[in-house]
Order: sequence, then C-alpha cells, then structure tokens
Amino acid sequence: MIEVQDLTKHYGPVTAIRDVSFSVAPGEVVGFLGPNGAGKSTTMRILSCFMPASSGSARVAGFDVFRQSMEVRRRIGYLPENVPLYADMRVAPYLDFVAEVKGVGRSERRRRVAEVMERCLISDVQNRLIGKLSKGYRQRVGLAQAIVNDPDVLILDEPTIGLDPRQITEIRSLIKSLAGEHTVILSTHILPEVSMVCGGVIIINKGSVVAQGPIATLVEQFFPTARVQVEIAGPAPAVRDGVRRLPGVVAVQELGVQDGRGTFLVESARDRDVRGDIFQLAAQQKWELRELRRVGMTLEEVFIRIVAGEETEAPAPAGEEARA
Amino acid sequence: MKVWPIFKKEMRLYFTSPVAYVVLFIFLLVMGYFFSQIFYYYSLASMQSMMNPGMARELNVTESVMRPLFTNIAIILLLSLMPLVTMRLFAEERQTGTIELLLTYPVRDGAVLVGKYLAALALYALLLALTLVYPGMLAFFATPEWGPILTGYLGLFLMGAAFLAVGLLASSLTTNQIVAAVVTFGILLLFWVIGWSAENVGGTMGRVLAHLSILDHFDSFSKGVLDTKDIVYYVNFTVVALFLTLRSLESRRWKG
Repeated sequence: MIEVQDLTKHYGPVTAIRDVSFSVAPGEVVGFLGPNGAGKSTTMRILSCFMPASSGSARVAGFDVFRQSMEVRRRIGYLPENVPLYADMRVAPYLDFVAEVKGVGRSERRRRVAEVMERCLISDVQNRLIGKLSKGYRQRVGLAQAIVNDPDVLILDEPTIGLDPRQITEIRSLIKSLAGEHTVILSTHILPEVSMVCGGVIIINKGSVVAQGPIATLVEQFFPTARVQVEIAGPAPAVRDGVRRLPGVVAVQELGVQDGRGTFLVESARDRDVRGDIFQLAAQQKWELRELRRVGMTLEEVFIRIVAGEETEAPAPAGEEARA
Repeated sequence: MKVWPIFKKEMRLYFTSPVAYVVLFIFLLVMGYFFSQIFYYYSLASMQSMMNPGMARELNVTESVMRPLFTNIAIILLLSLMPLVTMRLFAEERQTGTIELLLTYPVRDGAVLVGKYLAALALYALLLALTLVYPGMLAFFATPEWGPILTGYLGLFLMGAAFLAVGLLASSLTTNQIVAAVVTFGILLLFWVIGWSAENVGGTMGRVLAHLSILDHFDSFSKGVLDTKDIVYYVNFTVVALFLTLRSLESRRWKG
C-alpha cells in the first residue's frame, strides 16, 4: 500500500532523511519510531504530498506522490503533528467542509459526517468552536477529518502527543479499530503505544531507517536469548555458579543481593525453558526459591539498543546500576 | 475545480470571527461621518446660491457629493481596510499550520487561491453594496445623475479587486499577518502616489508613471467616463498579482 524507495530530503544544507526505504502492506498498522528530529515528520509530509522529496520515490495506494499527487490525496487521510484546525469554525461545519473538499458527495456528506463524529466520540461538541475545545477533543476532531472520506491510507503524525492517560487510551482504541479496513502509518516516540497498537515497526534514526519488521522479529533479532528472573535465598556465589552450569544457560547476571537473598537474570537459548531446571536445582540444594519468572523483551529495550547502540558500543545492562 | 467549498469556508471564517463585523461597522461609521459632512457643506453651498444665482450654475449634486465620497471610500476602504481583510487569508493558515492540511486535500492550489480571492471579493462587494444607502438618501432629497454613480461604483469595484489581489500576494509570502498587512499597504500606497512624480519627470517615463498610478485610472470612472484602458489596467493588475500568488504557493514544491 505504501512503497518508499531511497527517499532523500534536504532542507538547504541540512539532510533531513537519507535513502529511506520501506513498505507497508494493505491493512497493516505500522509504527514509525525514532527520536525527536529523526525525520519522521519529514517522511510523513512527503507521503501526504505536502512537499516533494529531493530524490527517491514514494508510492501510496499505487500512485506516485509527486506525479499523481491528486490521486494519492484522494486516498489518504492525514493528521499533522500539531493538529492544525480552524479555531474559528464549529466542529460539524468544519467536518462538512473537509468532506466536501475531499469529494464526498452532497447526499452522503451529512450521514458520513455524523458517522465519523459518532466514531470519534465528538458528537456532543459538534456545535462548539474548535478553538474552545480541549486538546483531547481537538485531537479527535483531527482524527475525524482524516477519516471522513474513508481513505485507504491513514498517515498520523504523533496522534497521542500531549494527551492525558485516559485520552491516550481512547485515541489508541480508536486507531486500533481503524486497523484492517485502513492501512495506517503512525509516528510516535511513546514506545509502549506501538506495542499496543501496531503490528510492525519502522525505526528511523538520524534520517535513515535502522530497523523494520514485526515487533516479535525485531525483538528476536536484537535479543537472541530468552531471559528469566530468579530470586533465591542462598549463598549468592554458589547459586550463580550452579545456575550458570545448567544446560542451555548462556549468562547469569547478579541483579542484587539482600539479606542472603539474591536476584539473578538468567539468559538462555531462546528455544530452551530453563525454569524447570532452576527449580530442580534449588530443590536439590535446599535453597529457598522466592521468585521465578520470564522477563519479556520490550520494544523499548530494542529501541534503546538500536538507537543508543549507534552512538556507544553497548548499552549498560539494567542491572549495573542496581548493584552499584 | 473545488472553488466553492473553499469560498464557503472563508466566508464562514470571516463571519464566525469578528473580522467581518468589525470591518463593516468601522467602515460604515466613518463613511457615515464623511457623507453627513459632505452633504452638510453641499446644503450650505446650495443655501448660499439662493442669494447668489451665479453660484447655482456650479452646483451639481453628483459632482459635489458623490465624487468626493467615492474618493474617500477609495482612500479609507481600499487603502487602509483592504490589507486587513486579506492579511489572514494565507498568513494565518501558514502560522497555525492549517495550510498543511488544506494543501494535502485533493484540491489544486489554483482552486484554493480562487476560492479565497472570491471570498475576499464578496466581502468587499458587500461593503460597497452597503454604501448604496448614501446615493439612496441623496435621491430622496435631490436628483443625482445615476450614470456617473454607476461608473464610480464599477471603478471602485475594479480597484478593490486589484487591491485584494495584492493583499493575497503579500499574505502568501509571510507567516505573519501584520507583515502581510504592512507590505500590502506599502505596495498600494506606492502605486497610489507614483503618478505624482509623473509631471516632474515628463516624457515617456512620465507617461509610464502616470499609467501605473492606481489613482489616475480611477479618476475617469468617478467622472462617469468608461475607458477600456482603465478597465484593462485594473484587470491586468489583478491577474498579475494573482498569478504571482499562485507561483508563491507552488514554490514549496521546488524550494530546497
């Protein structure tokens, strides 16, 4: 649905993005991640036909964003980062205007506008001035204008920025409900959001794509081991050595020792569940097993490893500070 | 072309914000004052001409009331109010970022431009239409000649159309509304006074300067003379300014 090939954009002497390539399949919800200033908004502005790239090509719904811009624009819904809306217009007339400009027929328009207001939970403010609305409502009006023409592709730039936790949850479930019928590309730097909403991610840093794919694949790629956290009351050095010698265990990290109880992070081959072995070992040695759980790898850790890894060699393990 | 929705949106914005009401109110207030003063002096003059029949031959209600009124409308309305009407059209959208949404909707830059221009023109036409109350009052007390009044209005309309186009151009060049208004005012004022130096310069250059003057072309309209040269001047002025505005809008596509 979206194919981007070697996209480069210069602003004068500054290169905002360099040779960015990725593709998004129809119906997919993809998170576009990166630190601030990585080039997310630039890429989205090019995809939405607001400005052209310096070189490279981008196709949305099969049309070139530069040469067939009108065709692309008919098929997208775009929400820019700061949600620019006309403060002096009322919600319903504004959505009616957007629908008309986007080519929704006169007969359909009223029904369509009512539908998106219902869906975005803004029917109750339809006669209010947009400028008087709270940030959460404005965000939803912005989302409503993006989907009012039922576009194939939604381009959402930081749709949850500046909202309170409850509003973030609402917007997220709204975006989730759009998946399937629409192809969505949404940028954010709130990582848990991506794991909750998106199937795949594209990570961009300093203008270049550094990783892309389904979240699970990325986690595997960057963290080849499975991790288990154990808390055992027993002599710490003996426990560490004992666990380390178990088959499949790759590394044991001491997270902290307190009152004779040690907490360890055990890394093992991904296909091997070492929890049973650890339990057996503890039982054998008459160590008291206090806790035994799998530690899931979060996208956050992947992200930090990728983005930080580009600057320094290896990020400090999380346990390091705890020990100090 | 999706001019109509853009036009409607702009009209809505003029009338949901206080802009249109303030402009209409202030303009009518000032014009009412001018009209009453001009009319008062004219009635004094006609009173005096009853004692002095020689003066009566000079009296002409259209010439003495409507013509000065037209000049005042031109100066107040066009020179000082038009920049305020057009300044927000693009500058505000660029400032708030709404232009990013507007220009990613399936609508051509030209349609956005024409829609916005027509909205400003419609507001201006409404202002002009409201001033018809003055010749109306005049007709109640005297018998004005309608010919010169009609050509005067046509002249004002064409001149205003040109002014609005300049305002739109200035608005498309900046994100700051005040800058847009000041630039518009400056350009218009220069074209207003450029004819003054024509006499001193003389020769071909003088004729060129005289031709460029916005004011000189209006003169014949207010006298009741319809000259294609003047009509063409205003239409040219408008078209050139709108063309430059379109180029300025499109510049985002090729600027680095």
